[in-house]
Amino acid sequence: MAAALRVAAVGARLSVLASGLRAAVRSLCSQATSVNERIENKRRTALLGGGQRRIDAQHKRGKLTARERISLLLDPGSFVESDMFVEHRCADFGMAADKNKFPGDSVVTGRGRINGRLVYVFSQDFTVFGGSLSGAHAQKICKIMDQAITVGAPVIGLNDSGGARIQEGVESLAGYADIFLRNVTASGVIPQISLIMGPCAGGAVYSPALTDFTFMVKDTSYLFITGPDVVKSVTNEDVTQEELGGAKTHTTMSGVAHRAFENDVDALCNLRDFFNYLPLSSQDPAPVRECHDPSDRLVPELDTIVPLESTKAYNMVDIIHSVVDEREFFEIMPNYAKNIIVGFARMNGRTVGIVGNQPKVASDSISFTPWNYARRQYRPYFAGCLDINSSVKGARFVRFCDAFNIPLITFVDVPGFLPGTAQEYGGIIRHGAKLLYAFAEATVPKVTVITRKAYGGAYDVMSSKHLCGDTNYAWPTAEIAVMGAKGAVEIIFKGHENVEAAQAEYIEKFANPFPAAVRGFVDDIIQPSSTRARICCDLDVLASKKVQRPWRKHANIPL
Amino acid sequence: MAGFWVGTAPLVAAGRRGRWPPQQLMLSAALRTLKHVLYYSRQCLMVSRNLGSVGYDPNEKTFDKILVANRGEIACRVIRTCKKMGIKTVAIHSDVDASSVHVKMADEAVCVGPAPTSKSYLNMDAIMEAIKKTRAQAVHPGYGFLSENKEFARCLAAEDVVFIGPDTHAIQAMGDKIESKLLAKKAEVNTIPGFDGVVKDAEEAVRIAREIDGVLLSLPRLECNGTISAHCNLCLPGSSDSPASASLVAGITGYPVMIKASAGGGGKGMRIAWDDEETRDGFRLSSQEAASSFGDDRLLIEKFIDNPRHIEIQVLGDKHGNALWLNERECSIQRRNQKVVEEAPSIFLDAETRRAMGEQAVALARAVKYSSAGTVEFLVDSKKNFYFLEMNTRLQVEHPVTECITGLDLVQEMIRVAKGYPLRHKQADIRINGWAVECRVYAEDPYKSFGLPSIGRLSQYQEPLHLPGVRVDSGIQPGSDISIYYDPMISKLITYGSDRTEALKRMADALDNYVIRGVTHNIALLREVIINSRFVKGDISTKFLSDVYPDGFKGHMLTKSEKNQLLAIASSLFVAFQLRAQHFQENSRMPVIKPDIANWELSVKLHDKVHTVVASNNGSVFSVEVDGSKLNVTSTWNLASPLLSVSVDGTQRTVQCLSREAGGNMSIQFLGTVATSSLSVEICLFWTFQVAEGQEICVIEAMKMQNSMTAGKTGTVKSVHCQAGDTVGEGDLLVELE
Repeated sequence: MAAALRVAAVGARLSVLASGLRAAVRSLCSQATSVNERIENKRRTALLGGGQRRIDAQHKRGKLTARERISLLLDPGSFVESDMFVEHRCADFGMAADKNKFPGDSVVTGRGRINGRLVYVFSQDFTVFGGSLSGAHAQKICKIMDQAITVGAPVIGLNDSGGARIQEGVESLAGYADIFLRNVTASGVIPQISLIMGPCAGGAVYSPALTDFTFMVKDTSYLFITGPDVVKSVTNEDVTQEELGGAKTHTTMSGVAHRAFENDVDALCNLRDFFNYLPLSSQDPAPVRECHDPSDRLVPELDTIVPLESTKAYNMVDIIHSVVDEREFFEIMPNYAKNIIVGFARMNGRTVGIVGNQPKVASDSISFTPWNYARRQYRPYFAGCLDINSSVKGARFVRFCDAFNIPLITFVDVPGFLPGTAQEYGGIIRHGAKLLYAFAEATVPKVTVITRKAYGGAYDVMSSKHLCGDTNYAWPTAEIAVMGAKGAVEIIFKGHENVEAAQAEYIEKFANPFPAAVRGFVDDIIQPSSTRARICCDLDVLASKKVQRPWRKHANIPL
Repeated sequence: MAGFWVGTAPLVAAGRRGRWPPQQLMLSAALRTLKHVLYYSRQCLMVSRNLGSVGYDPNEKTFDKILVANRGEIACRVIRTCKKMGIKTVAIHSDVDASSVHVKMADEAVCVGPAPTSKSYLNMDAIMEAIKKTRAQAVHPGYGFLSENKEFARCLAAEDVVFIGPDTHAIQAMGDKIESKLLAKKAEVNTIPGFDGVVKDAEEAVRIAREIDGVLLSLPRLECNGTISAHCNLCLPGSSDSPASASLVAGITGYPVMIKASAGGGGKGMRIAWDDEETRDGFRLSSQEAASSFGDDRLLIEKFIDNPRHIEIQVLGDKHGNALWLNERECSIQRRNQKVVEEAPSIFLDAETRRAMGEQAVALARAVKYSSAGTVEFLVDSKKNFYFLEMNTRLQVEHPVTECITGLDLVQEMIRVAKGYPLRHKQADIRINGWAVECRVYAEDPYKSFGLPSIGRLSQYQEPLHLPGVRVDSGIQPGSDISIYYDPMISKLITYGSDRTEALKRMADALDNYVIRGVTHNIALLREVIINSRFVKGDISTKFLSDVYPDGFKGHMLTKSEKNQLLAIASSLFVAFQLRAQHFQENSRMPVIKPDIANWELSVKLHDKVHTVVASNNGSVFSVEVDGSKLNVTSTWNLASPLLSVSVDGTQRTVQCLSREAGGNMSIQFLGTVATSSLSVEICLFWTFQVAEGQEICVIEAMKMQNSMTAGKTGTVKSVHCQAGDTVGEGDLLVELE
């Protein structure tokens, strides 16, 4: 009999952490008693953050404290804290008073392990001055980031901060900039992940924006440049915090955040899960985890998944689930630009990045542009098309995978780029170029499977052979052409009387994988059921792939 | 047969589970492309390992080519026997079925039209065209569709094509419930008291219903049609108009009565009425349903035998006047008059009753010169009185259980007989060997009135064919769609054992090992039925489900020890996943330092109750302490397999982990039942005027069945969210009550 089981191991980890610290405290006993007492007092105070009352208030909001979060995120007993004795250096506005000094200040930093693998972590402590960023706070974060870069291990930031420490003025702003600089230095060297677990406003938002992935917690986290009050006074808009910068806004409309989770525990568990997909740095290959799923498993259900009618929708996620190990797929931005699917999975244990067009969804930007906001409708003709948002979403993901040696698998069913004034005015040319650039630039192993349509420029963009795809497959249902039969016939046979016959001729000639296969633009036409076996085999071979690029300072992606 | 199986089994194993070394992969992948079709047919061959022990005589020439005028599992079933007999097969299919299993199995396939059955599988012109085109010599109709259509049989005869089934006369005589009842009477078969005429309207239905009482009544004013009218005028003393009759009625009211479509079958157009009001409603719904399903809205009414068993006799006749009865099938477990679990033999019948029923069935078959496989259905009351219900002039859905216990291949016999060969068996040859049980696995939600149809795509599908004594008749494969156009049956799961206990044990195992993902299925209900103590004892009737689950089916209720087992398995599985997450291929640059956790302290929430669990592992053995009691859980912990076989303190269990989230939510199928996830949508029934409990609120038509939604409680209708003719989906709010 079954049941939705919820298994949590919160208590166990917390007690292990506390006992570890006690032992550390005891080991210092040989030193002078007064110093020892002071050390112990400081540590005890540091562990309590802003005090029990504030901890209770934090819990009442449904949030965990900075230390509870770290203990859930890391393997039990693996956390090694640094800078527990650091205090802020501000003397203005009565800040120098003892009651305003907290050992460790408003952030907990250190290193630890997730499933045995090294990671650097900082966790902002909302119970101390609302987690506000002081010079000392920033200095602590910079310290672990610097070490993470030199060692080559990821940084995870758990953000829960009211903003700058206003009492410190420019020192606080300098602190932000110091962090930004390190975010940029670390970019492409080590993976950086931000988990927003409370407010994150003003300049603070740019640190998560510079990291590789930003996750949010539903209902308790906000990201915005200015809060609702300022918005009201400047633009006279009435908007709530949630509407302005809540998890839903950023995961569905703005595309700022990559995923949202139900609560702190869910978010941290998912982060552990997610972390397992990532290599520790750009020097490391994609991780290979133990896998029970046979790499040569046939997937008979794929043989019938593409509908017979070429305009009928199907769910590309079904294909991804069937092909990857154990149907496990960690989707990135599942609710934003849904016409493209990106995310991580494993093939024979090795992490891969998956990119796929989604024929089930037409462009959602049709409904979000002011020109035709009212005219939202589903148009099957555009299903799975590339538009501004999907191009940017895909491009950023592809670049991450390329930076961190994660092979790319691309499933193509794309009718083309989305036409229209909204897209042209919005710069689809500039944004579409990003995805093209990203795929062309990527030197990681690239395997492409064309499941159905691959039309026009979008065919070129989607990791085609011409952009140095390593292995390009077509399913028997593939149609690789400049455009669909109807549009093509209107051009080729303009004024022709027998349109239907012309269309039939076009379909016979182009609505199949042969034109591409005879030119070697696809390496093979494969039975869908063998897709998994073929890709696993290819990835084994491509693991030693090496590409030399001409020297340059850095490339210039069309931003 | 046995030798054949030994030969093919390793091949199948190689095709399905074999692992290729990487260097061979490119080659073998190309090879697999070619072998693609073969792969399915082999899989299906494997299914038939229990089929017909009576061999096939290659010298006995039957047909060169047979067209199978059906789809799904029965088409596959027929094609399998044809292959065995060396007969070429032609499949017909609709547009949406173009890549279905029966099409792949057949030697040839012809598309006969678009998805709706009336335009494809019932499209006689297109099928006749297909027959001409493929030069098929005979047609096997399967069940349903055109199997009992005399028009079709006539068309075939006109083209000199053999109809594999009884002749037109028998189909016609038995297809009409009114005529068949009269014929049965003539053949001295016990029949149910009732009114043998066509009922004109609801008021007449009520009047007749009141008067039925053990003797045949007739209303003089009633018009009856055609040949039947002659039999209807058996006037009894005291017509319905007279006061004497009225008082008679009051005393001996005929309720409950059964209203059924004259042309009906399969529970369609059939309703039970317990009073006048229900008679009127029943008349209306049944006539609508009969009209839409059979194009014939004639209804009849008879006494409803309360608490009856549904037991049927399989008969087999030839064109030389021979007829056999092949024992009975017990088909009492039904919902909405559709069978769910069948078995052969029946635990209820003694040899004497069996023979009496068998002989009456054969008498009826002889009376209509029946020359094929057919089924005579009886209702049997608690005193072992049996009444003729109807005769089905086709191969029944549940025929495999008879094949299992008699060793005959009914399809093979049908083909032989159709060719004109006499039966090869004498009545004395027909024995009962062992016990067979069949469960109909449907794509439907058993928690909603024992089964509301669901649709979807089978994202994963694996039949329990690795177990002994299991036969699966199915016409689907992984990736198949269960569409709105056709019957939502996924398969027939048959288990066979030396006795009933063994057959039922194997059924429970088979149900646990059946992997169906992507559509809602009724495995939970089937598994509950076959382990239910009343069912195991054999204390069953057609009202079994509503008696045992008066408030609807709620899933398996865990005992204390079962709950502990589940918690132990779930905890072990969770820890196994956690441990596996630490197993990385070593990367020398940065060593992985695994956390050393001796005891995993977990809190597990199951059914809103939180349990404390401590788990520790030593290799593949987990020691788990659940709320104070200790259990040992052993398994191979293959986390990729959809089936997980575990042993909890020596008790063998097969569980399926259906979903697992990083946050700790897991759903596990244990003892057949799966919990609805925390996100399950509640179906609410609400309205704007007062409705009484049990009052009909709306009628939903799904899979060609009209399902009446009734109010669960007395209340006021708040709002209605749907209109007549709307298409509604699962979880849609229809009507709000407050």
